[in-house]
Amino acid sequence: MYTFSNRLKIASFILMAVGVLGIGIGFMAAPSTVEEAKAIVAGHGDGHGDAHAVTEGHGDEMGHGEAHDASHDEHLLHQLQNKPWAALYVAAFFFFMIALGVLAFYAIQRAAQAGWSPLLFRVMEGITAYLVPGGIIVFVILALSVAHMNHLFVWMDPEVVAHDKLLQGKAGFLNGTFFLIRAAVFLGGWILYREYSRKLSLAQDESSDDSNFKLNFRISAAFLVFYLISESMMSWDWIMSVDPHWFSTLFGWYIFASMFVSGITVIAMVTIYLKSRGYLPDVNDSHIHDLAKFMFGISIFWTYLWFSQFMLIWYSNIPEEVTYYVTRIADFNLPFFGMVAMNFLFPVLLLMNSDFKRVNWFVIMTGIVILAGHYLDIFNAIMPATVGDQWFIGIPEIGSILFFAGLFIFFVFRALTKAPLQPKRNPFIEESKHFHY
Amino acid sequence: MASKVIHAFYNDDDVLMHAVKKVKAAKHHIEEVYCPFPVHGLDKAMGLAPTRIAITSFMYGCVGLTVAIVMMNFIMIQDWPQDIGGKPSFSYLENMPAFVPIMFELTVFFAAHLMVITFYLRSRLWPFKEAENPDVRTTDDHFLMEIEIHGNEQELRDLLMDTGAVEINITEK
Repeated sequence: MYTFSNRLKIASFILMAVGVLGIGIGFMAAPSTVEEAKAIVAGHGDGHGDAHAVTEGHGDEMGHGEAHDASHDEHLLHQLQNKPWAALYVAAFFFFMIALGVLAFYAIQRAAQAGWSPLLFRVMEGITAYLVPGGIIVFVILALSVAHMNHLFVWMDPEVVAHDKLLQGKAGFLNGTFFLIRAAVFLGGWILYREYSRKLSLAQDESSDDSNFKLNFRISAAFLVFYLISESMMSWDWIMSVDPHWFSTLFGWYIFASMFVSGITVIAMVTIYLKSRGYLPDVNDSHIHDLAKFMFGISIFWTYLWFSQFMLIWYSNIPEEVTYYVTRIADFNLPFFGMVAMNFLFPVLLLMNSDFKRVNWFVIMTGIVILAGHYLDIFNAIMPATVGDQWFIGIPEIGSILFFAGLFIFFVFRALTKAPLQPKRNPFIEESKHFHY
Repeated sequence: MASKVIHAFYNDDDVLMHAVKKVKAAKHHIEEVYCPFPVHGLDKAMGLAPTRIAITSFMYGCVGLTVAIVMMNFIMIQDWPQDIGGKPSFSYLENMPAFVPIMFELTVFFAAHLMVITFYLRSRLWPFKEAENPDVRTTDDHFLMEIEIHGNEQELRDLLMDTGAVEINITEK
């Protein structure tokens, strides 16, 4: 049995406390009036001056400079008010998505009846324990958006919809009630599978036949069907709809790749941590090697989808599509291309060599970069539509990351203490123990 | 000088693996093992040096990437610039996204094909090459372990019988 070390527990509480502080400062610092918003931007110096000059010049030319300025200032206020919310949402979703990616990986291992991975099942089940608290927090943030506490989703504003023919056409799908019903169905399905599969997994340890194992196989296969559909729709709802005019048909896959690689990375990191503390004695370098292979492969898969999405839109150059990338390349140049370096170049070059995949600290270091890169991926997906060129990775963003990291560590490691780290009666456990590459 | 070798036959890959480990433990040098199919882990058990084919594969991939970049630059930018989809080809950098699929494909193409060719050359395989395996049964259902004899014929024979060999022959090589 694993015991939650006090040092780690205290560390997770400190992370949460510092995070709450950062989030609080973020909300306090958000402006409540147009004047405050203008003062904040002016205080930042010339950084955003160019963008202003262009907008103002444009306004004068059109002959309604003053009205345009006022609406621009209003817009600025909304962006700055969105900032702490967007920071909170990005971090909340990012850590939730890690647990969800692990759940998909776990279900695939179950459905494929993989022989190498049963030793890691308890680690995966521990990480997916975060689905409940993480999912509830994401749901609450979405519900607050629907309740107009923030302006993360522009289509939730009836004022905007009233003047927007496209959004009126989409209102049958993109409306607050249906949005929350869908979110509840997705979260309910994922959590239900997680809890049921965990129950069967624990029951298998004590049972005298393989019936729990076989049932787990069947529900995992069925769950994967549900997951693929619900994950795809979730990515439209929770991420793509912040840009409600823009759509991409491979967006679900793209977000899936991000959550899958983040999840596998966290499995590897938690496993290596537990091993370094003397747990999981039967997990050998070949298991880490296999996880690192997945980290390497899915990183390339992510890049493939990232580029496919980009190239089709870049080549066809249709205004309503290409604006998505124009914003990102103009205002988010560093995080947008930086994430490609972190999510593609870095893991490809570091994990290409077969021997490096077996060096544990190497996997950890690469994993940290991959996780930071995929945080940036979600950041780049949410921020341009919610805060525009006012983005910054400052106190609210880092505070949110720290808070959810602490929460994640607390719930994951608490769940790990609840059951023996090694399944006893999994029919493939012997194969997993002798797994070698 | 013709040398004498001992040929031990096995009809199961697990038995063969154990035999190889035993023979290695007894400090005999295994000349070669002939198998009808690749046996997982046999190279490690025999103590063969790790393959360097992955390194050649990386280098061939780099060659393929370079060829793709130079080739597309010549074809699309220098030799015959065209205006495709409102994107005139005057600058390599600005048209680069369109060439990425070609870079990817040629990297894979060069890495895969040149790696196979390297493997054939290194294994001295070419079309119409006469087979080197000493017994046709190694292409069907038998495994053959070849050990050179240095005046220790009886000792080897006992050891190999002990490891589960189904047949033992002594031949001149």
